[in-house]
Amino acid sequence: MKIADSSTSAVSLVESSLKRIEETKDYNIFTYVDKNRALKKAKEIDEKIKRGETVGRLAGVPFALKANFLSKGRPADASAKILTEFISPIDSTTTEKLEAEGAICVGCVNLDAFAHGSSTENSYYGPTSNAFDKTRVAGGSSGGSAVAVALGCVEFATGSDTGGSIRQPAAFNGVFGIKPTYGTISRYGVVAMASSLDVIGFFTKAAEDLDILMSITAGQDPKDQTTLPDFYGKNDTPLNKKKIGFIKEFMESSALNPEIKASLESKLNEAKENGYEIVELSMPTLEYALAAYYIIQPAEVASNLSRYDGVRYGFRSSNVKSLDDLFANTRDEGFMRENKRRIMIGNFVLSSGFYDAYFLKAAKVRTLIIDEFNKAFESVDAILSPVSPNLAFKIGEKTSDPVLMYLEDVMSVPVNLAGIPAVAFPTGKSKDGLPLGLQLLGPRRSDKNLIKLAGKLA
Amino acid sequence: MEITDKDINHLADLSNTSLSSEEKEALKQDLGNILKYIGKLDELNTDGVEPTYQVFEMENVWRNDEIAAQDANREELLNLTKEEIENQIKVPKVL
Repeated sequence: MKIADSSTSAVSLVESSLKRIEETKDYNIFTYVDKNRALKKAKEIDEKIKRGETVGRLAGVPFALKANFLSKGRPADASAKILTEFISPIDSTTTEKLEAEGAICVGCVNLDAFAHGSSTENSYYGPTSNAFDKTRVAGGSSGGSAVAVALGCVEFATGSDTGGSIRQPAAFNGVFGIKPTYGTISRYGVVAMASSLDVIGFFTKAAEDLDILMSITAGQDPKDQTTLPDFYGKNDTPLNKKKIGFIKEFMESSALNPEIKASLESKLNEAKENGYEIVELSMPTLEYALAAYYIIQPAEVASNLSRYDGVRYGFRSSNVKSLDDLFANTRDEGFMRENKRRIMIGNFVLSSGFYDAYFLKAAKVRTLIIDEFNKAFESVDAILSPVSPNLAFKIGEKTSDPVLMYLEDVMSVPVNLAGIPAVAFPTGKSKDGLPLGLQLLGPRRSDKNLIKLAGKLA
Repeated sequence: MEITDKDINHLADLSNTSLSSEEKEALKQDLGNILKYIGKLDELNTDGVEPTYQVFEMENVWRNDEIAAQDANREELLNLTKEEIENQIKVPKVL
């Protein structure tokens, strides 16, 4: 990352970022550009540098916020109609920490509304294009974040990952992305999706940059009681067995794109040549992870999205005769189809008569998945895996079939169910010029060492 | 599992959402397909397995019983609503 100093001004960094945002407008990346405020902050940083005052570790570095992050005075609509017109009165803890280190927010970027999706096509603002092929999807839900970094609009972008929303768009656009251990970074001020799965993370062009961002933003937050006591850079799980595993069932999956498979095999070979022992792991329960995820996640979505009623903030339907109309019509007009699917599936699996068969069953499968990972990490440091079975697909290819779209997440959701960290990194290009990427999975609290290892493997 | 008209109306009700008849038809189809997919879990034996509801390792995280400074004040929060009268949010008549 280029940091402002006496030879490079913050203003010049922000100006080139704004120029690049303008040049890439047709990719539909930014939902809001905060030009004046960014330039004003850049000038302040330059003056501080001139006066010889200390500036932060991210002085003058332009960044983008996924539009489900709240930041004071900026819109935070999660690319959902129901939150349009909502200007945040507060800062998320992550935004506050980044800005305190001198990073400059140049705007907010597109996502699937409420982060419900795997392609950024479910956005109220329409799809974001892939950085390498405009006819293909950006991936999702953090599609805008990945493309903003890949096309050089910003040095880094924030993301949230509930089932693969950072890792899959990172892989689709050839950048690095981290999904940290559950509870590492405060979620205060980020629009909640599924609370037992959601984590905050980042997109960058280099592994070292992920480490800088993690060291700044990780840590216990009194405003988010699900944050773990500080461990990043202090009490990291070591990865010193010199053993890397791969999941037999993923490797042998008929759904896995052959070029991704070849990339995985070649990276495992490279690791072997560099002195790592390669271990084949059989993890048969992972086949059921996606089904468990599509019970647990919608159940939590249904609860978290019950707060959007048009009363206190955001969009309110004008087709209203009674208070009941206000709730029901605001939600009908304000949610995307995919939001409604998830809310209704969630209410179904939680409803009386179905709870045991669906929600309780999924919660038990979650235990089996965690056990399988715990066992795997007894024998290996980390697991190298595809992020998604596919390369970036065509815009519109999967929108008519929700189950087909959900299958995008089949190799990414086990990580969220288990609460473990994973780093997605680029591994080259397919024969058609699309980015290839893999993810490296580690035990809880191995985030720092995992970033280092992913950087070595990339 | 097939979703009937009665099911979709019940779920729309639980979800506090009005739906057009066209959307109801589409959702009936989609929800049926999704439930068919997640029904896959029936293949797995989970007898005697404890459920996991969350992966956070701590329970009962307490804070001191003190009033903390708030990030937004009353006026800022009331400004977010569409209609406000005398420091209260205005909604259609309830009774």
